[in-house]
Parts: sequence; structure tokens; C-alpha cells
Amino acid sequence: MAKLKTLEDYRDEIKHCVKCGGCRAHCPAFGAEHHEGRVARGKIALADALLDGEVDLEEQFLLDMSQCLLCGSCYAQCPNKVHTEEIVAATRREIARRKGLSTFGFGVATVLKHPKLMNLLAKSGGTLSSLLFKKIPESSGLRLRFPAPFISADRTLPPVTAKPFRERFPEVIPGKEGAPTVLFFTGCGINYMYPKSGEALIKALKFLGVTILIPQEQACCGLPAVSAGAGETVERLAAINLEMFGKHKYDTIVTACASCHSGLGQIYPGMIDGEGDYQKKIRDIFVYLVEQGLPEKLEQLPRAEKRIKVTYHDPCHLRNHGITKEPRAILKALPQVDFIELPGPGSCCGLGGTYSVYHYDTSKKIGAKKATLIEETGAELVATDCPGCIMQLQDSINHAGGNQRAVHILDLLAEALP
Amino acid sequence: MLDKTIISNLEQIVGKKHVLTDKASLICYSYDATQRKFLPAAVVHPGSTEEISRIMALANQHRIPVYPRGAGSGFTGGSLPTSTDGIVLGLTRLDRILEIDEENLVATVEPGVVTEAFQKAVEKVGLFYPPDPASLKMSTLGGNVAECAGGPRCVKYGVTKDYIIGLEIVTPTGDIITTGGPTMKGVVGYDLTKLICGSEGTLAVITKVIIKLLPLPEAKKTMLVLFDSIDGAAQAVSSIIRNKIIPATLEFMDGRTLDCVRDATSLEVPDSARAVLIIEVDGDREFLDKQAHKIAEIIKPLGVVETRIAETPAESDALWQIRRSVSASLRRVNPDKFNEDICVPRSKVPEMIRKIDTISDKFGVPIVNFGHAGDGNIHVNIMIDSKIPGEQEKADQAIAAVFAGALELGGTMSGEHGVGIMKAPFVGMELGNAAIDYMKTIKKALDPNNILNPGKIFPSDV
Repeated sequence: MAKLKTLEDYRDEIKHCVKCGGCRAHCPAFGAEHHEGRVARGKIALADALLDGEVDLEEQFLLDMSQCLLCGSCYAQCPNKVHTEEIVAATRREIARRKGLSTFGFGVATVLKHPKLMNLLAKSGGTLSSLLFKKIPESSGLRLRFPAPFISADRTLPPVTAKPFRERFPEVIPGKEGAPTVLFFTGCGINYMYPKSGEALIKALKFLGVTILIPQEQACCGLPAVSAGAGETVERLAAINLEMFGKHKYDTIVTACASCHSGLGQIYPGMIDGEGDYQKKIRDIFVYLVEQGLPEKLEQLPRAEKRIKVTYHDPCHLRNHGITKEPRAILKALPQVDFIELPGPGSCCGLGGTYSVYHYDTSKKIGAKKATLIEETGAELVATDCPGCIMQLQDSINHAGGNQRAVHILDLLAEALP
Repeated sequence: MLDKTIISNLEQIVGKKHVLTDKASLICYSYDATQRKFLPAAVVHPGSTEEISRIMALANQHRIPVYPRGAGSGFTGGSLPTSTDGIVLGLTRLDRILEIDEENLVATVEPGVVTEAFQKAVEKVGLFYPPDPASLKMSTLGGNVAECAGGPRCVKYGVTKDYIIGLEIVTPTGDIITTGGPTMKGVVGYDLTKLICGSEGTLAVITKVIIKLLPLPEAKKTMLVLFDSIDGAAQAVSSIIRNKIIPATLEFMDGRTLDCVRDATSLEVPDSARAVLIIEVDGDREFLDKQAHKIAEIIKPLGVVETRIAETPAESDALWQIRRSVSASLRRVNPDKFNEDICVPRSKVPEMIRKIDTISDKFGVPIVNFGHAGDGNIHVNIMIDSKIPGEQEKADQAIAAVFAGALELGGTMSGEHGVGIMKAPFVGMELGNAAIDYMKTIKKALDPNNILNPGKIFPSDV
């Protein structure tokens, strides 16, 4: 079984941080609160101190380690390419190992220190404790992202669907004869909250004529569990998915969620014994569609008379993998869309795995910056390629009193396809 | 450790949540870019000049060392809390731009404002703050003033102190005074503003900075020139300036740096190139093309391998990529880097590079050089693997030899990083005893109990 690396395994990489402080310019959590413990350099110093037995798992240490969105903005700009997001996740696992905290223990520890917040959250707990939410399996990352008692009453969340996406389709949808097979890794966001975007993806793949494979046994990618420090959960989920990738026959794996893309493409291969043939087959859906020449086909469609102004938000987990051009190429080619570039398109939306659950105030501050930038473009829609970002963007826009909608690019693509 | 009463006094002054004494927080304020580590006894984040004044009075009364800190991005340890009973005075809460006066081209800021944020704010109204240290995205103006930061644009525009016309400071004994002011002239009394600029936080805590601004140049043009020798590049610098053109930027990289970049990146660097100059001219748009081509003409006979001129901002950015890739490329030579910043008269740059190559060979440590050719400020990077026994000693010897070499050529051991603790043992090589005594007399008069950033600059204090 593939195993996650331990904090000890990162000892050398930790030493590569030269404390230049460059991360101070790029960390969204530090941008919202100027404390050195918030920024990558500080967290690296703390992880180093923990390894050396210089610091205990004291309150401030836990708080600092919980204050990271794992967005990788620091890594993207780091002159020495230190993976702080991996080191923080490994530190959280180390804390869970030593303290035996529940999977989202950091957050609980933080919230418990604020009895008022705790009361407020408990009162509004009804939102997600509905029957529908119970349909979501315990192992899904959504459970970690929205542990019912901790969700604030003023937060906009999408409804949980009565019929999950994977129940709507057969496991195999045959394409043209001899056409390649595409495995769709749906992720929890599309399966339980945004099934329409999944249907849009099916429409696009059918348009290309490929055979579609939606394995029913697929599980959550595990990224929220990485964020929560729940190492065993990550390993269990990885085992299910890696077995699935080994069992089926397919040419490509597509994701329509930045987090899933990162979970499959970065977390699994980074695990001990996590590498495999599946790696080179993983594609973000828009990278795949661009490879298949879809933009050229879309450009042949007549331009709509009434067009809608759309801007694009780069999810951290695609931007970090250099996927920025392809989603834009599809958006720009859509006949009903006038594309407007967003200033600071790659700045984090503020969701950050389980971050926004436990640090909703800071998360809102980060989201508010984004909402202002979106407002300034004059766009009616902000499109992106990640259900998590869509949720956070819509919540941020609502808090800012804006009237823009956050959508998946796939939703717009489905409108344009015959 | 600090007495409980002192901690509670500090909490009364700045509020409980702005005094940190837990181990995790102390670790987070124990370092800077030197990678040296000293745990303080407390970290205090004041919110006003008055609070700082009260902290200094308290510290002076109880003889507690105070270490002012901006972003902690210094290369010489200027902000390090070297004494275990010391207080880190974090100034990042004071981060407001108080005024941008477009009538008088003057701005007033608090010390915690990040340099780049300030530049963007003044550029929005067509004004210009030229000093551009490499750390400008994170370093603070207070830190820039304390260290008298430089940067590539200094060749044309000068260093930080050339733009600071007034300060509000808190003295080591807790008095609040202002130096200079928002006027372009002022000769009443000693020029304390200039004394504080570059004093590395040893004479006063800077609480407000009054800054002179320039009109923003309309445009700039970037060119990259590859030479077959460092002498060609150095002669190019002299020839350009002799022809009455002062570029905004004249950055160079030596052959060994180019080797690293060639090995580590996919950037196009011809094998025959042994030096590169990145030249930027700024000013009125129509005038820039002419200037760029005149420069190309001037340097043509000096062993030019290739000239690339950017026509768009994107192309300019691509030319800078070669410079930006240096840091990560060097890491592949060896994991540990000692970054010194000697400065020599600009005509002596080739001689200095040759001296450094000799030193590198003599001590068997790789040394690569790049920096600000226009003002003779060379970043000397000594690359070692400190895990290997004996390497650190070799590096120390090489550093001393580099300093000696710079001094022989009429140069200095630090153009812009300052002394801090890293260069303090070497200061005697550059300054005579009388000069050091003169400086220490000033320090002693202003800080009789030696509580403000003690242990910095002067060799005997280390």
C-alpha cells in the first residue's frame, strides 16, 4: 500500500529554506494576518524545531500550523523550491500521530478556544446535517470540509443533490468504434454538489465520441484529509483509487476539479510506492479538450449575438502545475463568451481544504480581496475549474454584496455544444 | 528570560495580544536571511510611536536589549536578537502610507510599509521612488532606511538615503524626535537624518519616514548584451557612461554565473559568452530607441557575442529571466551560499573579478559573481557544502581574502547589505581604530546603556 512520507522524510528539504522571506510577498494567510508564524518561512522553522525536539505541540504551534491553505503560492515563488505545503501537511500528520487528535483536530482545538464562535456554529449546525448530507460517505472529503457543527450560519453553500452524479450514469458509456477510453474521476464536489457540471463534461466527451468510463468504486481523492492531517484516511483512499486505476483499461484519466487533479497527480506519486502508469494519463479536462482540438471546433461556431462577460479564476492546484492557458483557451473560444482577464487571477480564493472551516474569518478576508477584483472587471460570471473554488468564490461575492455568479467552465461549454 | 513584571509592563503598553513569549513565536522571530538563529525573550509588536517610546524608556531603565525588526530579510543579521534576554521590536503593524503630497513630491510613511507596495502607490499617481533592493517585494521601508538599501537602479538614481529627507525616531532612552522635514533644503543643526540612514538600528528606532519622490519616467527599454570577456563588459560600462548616457540599470553576471545558468536552465546562453550586461534605459518613449541603438553602437567593438533588445514589456521580462534564474541555478553548485556585496570603483570591476577567480582557485571553493556593474557593487557568492568538514573554514578564509582584495582597490566590504554581525569581525580591516572609536563615541553618547541593537557593527562587541 502506498504510504505518505513522514515529517522526518522532509528533513533535508527543510534545510533548503534559506529564510530569505520571499514567501512573505505571496502567502495569502500572511497577507490576511502579519505574523511570521503564518508564512512559509516561519512554518518551516517550526517544523525544523519540532524535528529537533526544540518545541512542543503547544497551542501557538498548532494554531500556526493550522493557518496554511496548502495553496502552494510560496512554493511557486520559492527560489529554492521548498515544498512548504507538503511539509505543513506532514507536520499536521505528525501532530495527529502524537496527539491522537481527531482528523480535524486542529480546527476543533482552535474553535474550542472561542466559546462564542462554538455556540454560534452549533446553533447553525442544521444546514448540513440534513438527510441528504448523510448520503455522503464518511470517507468523503466533503465531510472534512463541512463538519456540520462548524459551519457558520451566514455561509453560502450549494445544496447537496438528491441523486449523486455517479448514480445518474452507467459505468461505461460506449463511444465510436475504436475510440479511446476516458476514465472520469468525478471527485466529491461534482458527485454530490455540482452534478450538472459532471453532466456537462459527459456532453463534451460524447461530442468527441470517446468511450467514457466512470468506475463506481472510485473514492474521494484524499486532499481534504491531507489538509486535516488525517494520514491514514489519505492512505486508505489512495489504496482504493490506485487499485481502481490498476484494474481498468483506459487511455486517459480526466478530472474536472483542481483539488482532485492535485490529489491524483501530486499527492499519490509523492507517496512511498505511489508511482505508477496512471500518472502520465492524468489530464485536467481542459488540457484534454485542448489536446483534442476542441477550441478550433468551437471557433467554427457562429458567435452569439448576445454575449456574456466572463472572467477566470486560476485554482491554486492547477496554477501550481502550470495549467493556466488551457481553461482560458476553451473560455475564449466559446461563442457566447466575452473573456475578460482578472487582475491577480492566481491569488488563492481562501478555501484551502479544511482551512475555511476553522479559520472562516481569515478565509473571508482572503475571499473579500478576490471578490473586489472580480467586481472591478465588470464581468457577470467568474468561471473556474474547481468545485471548491466555485463554492468559496460565490460565498465571497455574496458577502461583498456583488451580483456575479461563480460557475464551472464546463457549464458554459455545455451551453455552447450542440 | 525576562522578569514577569517586565512582561506585564509590556502588555500594558501594547496590549496582551501583541506581546509573544511562547516558544513557537520566539522561534518565528529568531532568524533572518543569514540563517543564523537567536531566540529572544519576547516579541513585541507596538502600534504607535508613543508605545515605542514607552517600551524604550522601560528597556533603558531595566537594561533590556531591544532589537528592531522589519521583514527580517537582511543578509548580515542586523535584526537578529543576539542576546537571550532581548526583546524583538516588530514594526510591521506600523504599515500605513500616511501621505503622498503631489504638490511637493513628498511622501510620509510608517516604517512597516513594504517597499514595493509604496512604489506601486506612488506610481499610481505618476510618481517614482527609485531604490529597488532585490527584497523589495517583502522588505520594509524602515528596514531599507536602517540598512541604506541599494539596488540595480542606484547607478542612475542613488541609494535609499538620497531620498530620505526627514525622520521621526525614538531614541534609545525613549525620547521622540524628528530630524529634517518635508522641505528640499534644511541646514539647521547636524544632519541626523543621514546619520540614522544606514545606522542598522543601533542609534534609534525609526517610526516615520519622509521621502522625496521623482516624476515617473514615461517608459523604459531593456537590452541584454553577451560579451566574450568580463573586460569587454566592464569597458562597455565605462564607454556608455563616458558617452554621457547613464542607464537606469547596468547589471552584470560573470562567466561562472553564466555557466551555472546554462547548466540549470533551458535559457539560451552561448558557450562563448563569458559575461553579460543587462542594460535598462528610462525616460521619454521616443528618446529610448535612439539611446538603445546608440549604446549598441558604442559597445559593438568590445567583444559582443550577441545583443538582444526587448520591444515589449513581455520581452523585457524574458530578458530579466536570465538574472532571476541565478539564485536557483547556484543552488545546484553547492547547497550553502555566502552572499557578500563588496563595492569597488567601477573601472576596477574586471581586476576585482580576476582577484576573486584567483581566490576561488586558491581556496578551492566555487565563487560566482554578479551584481550592479554600473556602480561597482559586486555580489560575490561563495558556494560550499557546509556539511563537509573544513568547507566552512575555507569559505571564511576566502571571504576575508575577498574583502582584502576589495580594500586594496579602494573599495568597501559592503555596498548595500550593511555590517550587522556577519561582517563585524572584519570591520577593522576597513575602518581605522580612530574611526571606530569616533563611531562608538556617538553610539555611547546616544545609547549610554547599550540597549538598542547591541552587538552589531563593532568588532569588539561580537
